[in-house]
Amino acid sequence: MPLPCQLAGPGFCPRTLSMVTELGHFALILAFGVAVVQMLVPLLGAHKGWRGWMAVGEPSAIAQFVLVAAAFAALTHAFVTSDFSLQLVYMNSHSAKPLIYKISGVWGNHEGSMLLWLLILALFGACAAWFGGNLPATLRARVLAVQASIGVAFYAFTLFTSNPFLRLAQPPFDGRDLNPLLQDPGLAFHPPFLYLGYVGLSMAFSFAVAALIEGRVDAAWGRWVRPWTLAAWVFLTVGIALGSWWAYYELGWGGFWFWDPVENASFMPWLLAAALLHSAIVVEKREALKSWTILLAILAFGFSLLGTFIVRSGVLTSVHAFATDPARGVVILAILGLFVGGALTLYAVRAPVMVAKGAFGAVSRESALVLNNILLAVSAFVVFVGTIWPLVAELLMGRTLSVGPPFFNAAFPPFMIGLAVAMPVGGMLAWKRGALGRSVRSLWPVALLAVALAALAWAMQTGRTAMGPIGVLLGVWVVGGAVLDLWWRTGSAGAGRLLRLPRADWGKAVAHAGMGITIFGVAAVLSWQQEDIRVAQIGERFDVGAYAVELRAVTRSEGPNYVADIGEMAVYRGGVEVAVLFPEKRYYPVAAMPTTEAAIQNGILRDLYLVLGDKQADGGYAVRTYIKPFANWIWGGAMLMALGGALSLSDRRHRVAAGAARLRAVPAE
Amino acid sequence: MKALLLVLLLWAAPLAAVQPDEMLADPALEARARSISAGLRCPVCRNESIDESNAPVARDLRLLVRERLLAGDTDAQVVDAIVARFGEYILLRPDASGGNLILWLSAPALLLLALGLGIAAQRRRLGAEGDLTPGEQARLDQLLDDKH
Repeated sequence: MPLPCQLAGPGFCPRTLSMVTELGHFALILAFGVAVVQMLVPLLGAHKGWRGWMAVGEPSAIAQFVLVAAAFAALTHAFVTSDFSLQLVYMNSHSAKPLIYKISGVWGNHEGSMLLWLLILALFGACAAWFGGNLPATLRARVLAVQASIGVAFYAFTLFTSNPFLRLAQPPFDGRDLNPLLQDPGLAFHPPFLYLGYVGLSMAFSFAVAALIEGRVDAAWGRWVRPWTLAAWVFLTVGIALGSWWAYYELGWGGFWFWDPVENASFMPWLLAAALLHSAIVVEKREALKSWTILLAILAFGFSLLGTFIVRSGVLTSVHAFATDPARGVVILAILGLFVGGALTLYAVRAPVMVAKGAFGAVSRESALVLNNILLAVSAFVVFVGTIWPLVAELLMGRTLSVGPPFFNAAFPPFMIGLAVAMPVGGMLAWKRGALGRSVRSLWPVALLAVALAALAWAMQTGRTAMGPIGVLLGVWVVGGAVLDLWWRTGSAGAGRLLRLPRADWGKAVAHAGMGITIFGVAAVLSWQQEDIRVAQIGERFDVGAYAVELRAVTRSEGPNYVADIGEMAVYRGGVEVAVLFPEKRYYPVAAMPTTEAAIQNGILRDLYLVLGDKQADGGYAVRTYIKPFANWIWGGAMLMALGGALSLSDRRHRVAAGAARLRAVPAE
Repeated sequence: MKALLLVLLLWAAPLAAVQPDEMLADPALEARARSISAGLRCPVCRNESIDESNAPVARDLRLLVRERLLAGDTDAQVVDAIVARFGEYILLRPDASGGNLILWLSAPALLLLALGLGIAAQRRRLGAEGDLTPGEQARLDQLLDDKH
């Protein structure tokens, strides 16, 4: 409920309110101190075998989370109450902004997003304390200590170089507003999911380093590390999909992936996390690939840190560059070097200790998962090389060059095609020693269907590239393979058993099918979309593909913090009206920025995508019309991947582990 | 601060850039112009092609591309003329020459290396495991096959 002073307008609230902010600042400093304790005491305790010292880890992880949450709440409070005595609020908020964007403004900037980063880091630490009851005491102590050491580095970074709680001596009357492009529901929730993913990988890292210190990796370790990786990967999937979806409807021409350094920064950890959650299965079930899995866990989080560096240093030019500062970049680079370098050194010393137990044949589920890991790791490497190549070329060859979408579009897909081709076959191989013939024989009908539908697509399109039909081929192959795999698992029991299959089986099938659907969606949009750019007069009707579009009127209206020109456009198909859409062109006076709000009619088979451009000298308007077939399948597939991950996460195996922890926590004899 | 403002201003123009008045009447020629533009970087922008950018220089470049096409240049000639003026920085797809070969070939090379290592490790493991006489091995194979 707003206070009376807030209703009176900005600047009317008494200064005493901002005491909350000071408490938040204090809580953040205190959390830093707690993290230092959590880093040192349990580690020493585990080394010496002192139980009491080891036990310090859990309460301090929880205390740390409570303190950062308080700091985060205080900053949110400052944004919501428009406390412009805080520099950050002044720079990134405005009293007339809708409430949801005041809240999302907390993380729509460098300092606030660092605080969110810390909050999530502390949340994962606290979760490890809550759910880690089934871990051996020394391993748990070490995991929490390593997790805290990451925290210590980032608390120091935040407090000393990017403190969100800095004050202005003379508070201005109103703020400078958040970048209007960021004032969007899709983008409001994109960063929290992305950070849950990025930072979630810190748990895999902490488990890997703790296991290296411990010198032991066994099946149980695989079972503990997998849910954390899975959770991080699910969040990362949702975060990336939200960002891509936002770009699609907000940037005004329906592009959904730009191979921008910042996007790549989130994509590399995603690819490596996908590899990690597959190789952890091999550790869990067969006690093989241990040392590779440890390395992947280190690299996956290393790439998260690299992403943080790329986003916040500005060494690589990106459209997303936000509050870049080379000095901060150096500090993050130092943190990156310290953690990844340190972990890799430890790895070099300790990895030979990890001896694989389970041997497996050349044709087996294990080998298929090795192939999966190779393809995912190499595709992450392609993205990595392309992203840093401008830097390398300038430093080593003195050439100033660019690496953009045309490079990635040529260099990346071959590995994904390889992955998609291998996925259904590998997924049906038996552990230890499989029979390729058997897997291929049962997939025969799916292959036939995929080829038939691809041929049909090829026949229906004229004079276009082979990309669309290849997308159909791979999509049907992967989805069909996933369905068949599930069916096959029921054995002779038939459909009745389908619902009683373990959720991990369902998760695998759903996630794999999601991947096939995304591949199909991407290929379909890129190869079959239609575009029309023209000047349209009011009342004019023009044809685009099978549709006709009419610009009926353009009116001016006022939003809470912008003015907009709104077009009224009708879309016909075969003379029948199928949609009336209202694309907008907005102007945000405080930020002095125009934006376009495309009007989209979403459909399962196609999106109609209309954009209103500038008014022309002759009284008409520039108008863009796009027909984007199967566009929603891109994000639909991504959501299925996330759902599959979540299903797998809820599998009995993981729940049993957590439940055992709760049971053990109760009797304290 | 100035840099940040600049970023915001450049970012301010996400609307697809090609304006109706720039477009060529011949759809085939226009399609070629679009595909060339998608491969050329807007020199003052952050990672946008001239096809996507609203910056004035991007518009100038789009017009230049179309001018050259109307004059009868091939796609390669248009690109070469622009690279001659702006340097290779303007190419979004670096050519595979000299040091850039590393960019293009390192990933396929890594794939081959990884596959090779994987197969070698597999052989080694089987070698270590295979301390069975041929007779035992045959018996084992038979047992494993029976299980299926």
